[in-house]
Amino acid sequence: MNWDPLILTFELALTTTLVLLVVGIPLAYWLSKTRARIKPILETLVSMPLVLPPTVLGFYFLLAFSPNNAFGAWIDEWLGIPLVFSFAGLVLASVIYSLPFMVQPIQAGLSSLPPSLSEAAATMGKSASTQLFRILLPNIRKSLLTGIVLSFAHTVGEFGVVLMIGGNIPGKTRVASIAIYDEVEALNYAAANTYSLILFVLTFVLLLTVYLVNGGYLKRFWR
Amino acid sequence: MIEVRIHKELRSKGGDFSLDLELEIPEGQLITLYGPSGSGKTSLLRSLAGLLTPDRGRIARKEQVWFDSQKRTNLSPQKRNVGFVFQENALFPNMTVLGNLKFAQQKGSSHDLSEELIRDLDLQDLRDRYPDSLSGGQKQRVSLARALAQRPDILLLDEPLAALDAEMRLKLQEYILSSHRKFGLTTLMVSHDLAEIIKLSDLTVVMEKGRIRKTGTPREIFMERRLSGKFQFTGTLLELERERVITVASVLIGNHIIKVAAHPSEMEGLLPGDQVVVASKAFNPVIYKVDEQQ
Repeated sequence: MNWDPLILTFELALTTTLVLLVVGIPLAYWLSKTRARIKPILETLVSMPLVLPPTVLGFYFLLAFSPNNAFGAWIDEWLGIPLVFSFAGLVLASVIYSLPFMVQPIQAGLSSLPPSLSEAAATMGKSASTQLFRILLPNIRKSLLTGIVLSFAHTVGEFGVVLMIGGNIPGKTRVASIAIYDEVEALNYAAANTYSLILFVLTFVLLLTVYLVNGGYLKRFWR
Repeated sequence: MIEVRIHKELRSKGGDFSLDLELEIPEGQLITLYGPSGSGKTSLLRSLAGLLTPDRGRIARKEQVWFDSQKRTNLSPQKRNVGFVFQENALFPNMTVLGNLKFAQQKGSSHDLSEELIRDLDLQDLRDRYPDSLSGGQKQRVSLARALAQRPDILLLDEPLAALDAEMRLKLQEYILSSHRKFGLTTLMVSHDLAEIIKLSDLTVVMEKGRIRKTGTPREIFMERRLSGKFQFTGTLLELERERVITVASVLIGNHIIKVAAHPSEMEGLLPGDQVVVASKAFNPVIYKVDEQQ
């Protein structure tokens, strides 16, 4: 039993989720507040990965970051790490791919709060970042949890994007979903089953946690 | 003195209208804003707090310019030091009552005002409770305390008592008045309740359709007819019953319903819901001879 694909999957999902928290919170905050004309366009772009076949996303990534073109070569040189067939490339692609799963719940949560909360804080002399971290985010904990868990689980479950941009390099880009496909191709059903079962149970537990916490079923244990 | 001269096109549910205000607000007084809904009272408060940006005009307090469309000055709400009590209270649900008050205090303020306010506004029993567990009246009391905790120069109250029952209103009126005096504030309050306005305010501004219709002491404004009455009360007209020769008006004064009869011509133009003054000019004295035999 080779654990590498599973470990790699969780490394990827964890890194992606952390990056998404840093990127997604400001983006969702801005989207929830702005009246800029480009807002619908940005919202569309954020939501595109929901409906676009992952292979399309992966294909354009592959084209964009290939060292064979000017942009890809420049990125390669500037960053010093290649973005195709590498872990860094996987993280970047996964961040884009799971973006709506982080941004949408947080944006919806922030929009559901009455504007008077941040207005009250503003009249008290509190800056926008103080408002965000001390007032707004603590009051949308459920949305935050949803965003974090969905992004994590969605990254665990991705296949097409990874295959296109990461390929199938053991220990580097060979995540569990690809390993399963590989084992099935090799008629290695037992190994495929182990990976599959672990992913099945894990995603079930993750999502169950969200529903238990957000549904208030666990409240009596900590209050 | 706060000088306000602003213009703003507003879109409201009742249709678009423009706000055109010119007003001088004397410092240290309690001023009430009165007028039908959609007359721009809340917009005036929000413009003062910096939460609403007027299209044109100027707002200045003493030497400090808060807003000037020509010079493109617009001081952020953070820098105006204005306390705002929202109609829907806007307490932070993730903080206790004490937490809300502490958050509002300015950093580095030498003296902890929270405890003092908790005592002043009788919040001792609520200090560790979360806003969700409070009643409407308690929430507004905490909201008032929180606005005071930031030591504002100006206190703005947007119909803070609208959703409260009569008893709670009276109590909160006391708190508002005593805090206003204690902290030497300039207070602007939106109110629809005539009794409240007459009881609390030094000055009343009557607004209508985005304009200021009248400014004066509440007595000048609401008892303008200057009846040489022995007694007079303000109340709300409940209904008009037309009898054959007279009309009987039922008026709610305080908690009492009083029937007033008059000639139909005197009742013209009155509609149920109107605020009215019931007054009597003089009692006719009645004289009896006292019978010695009795």
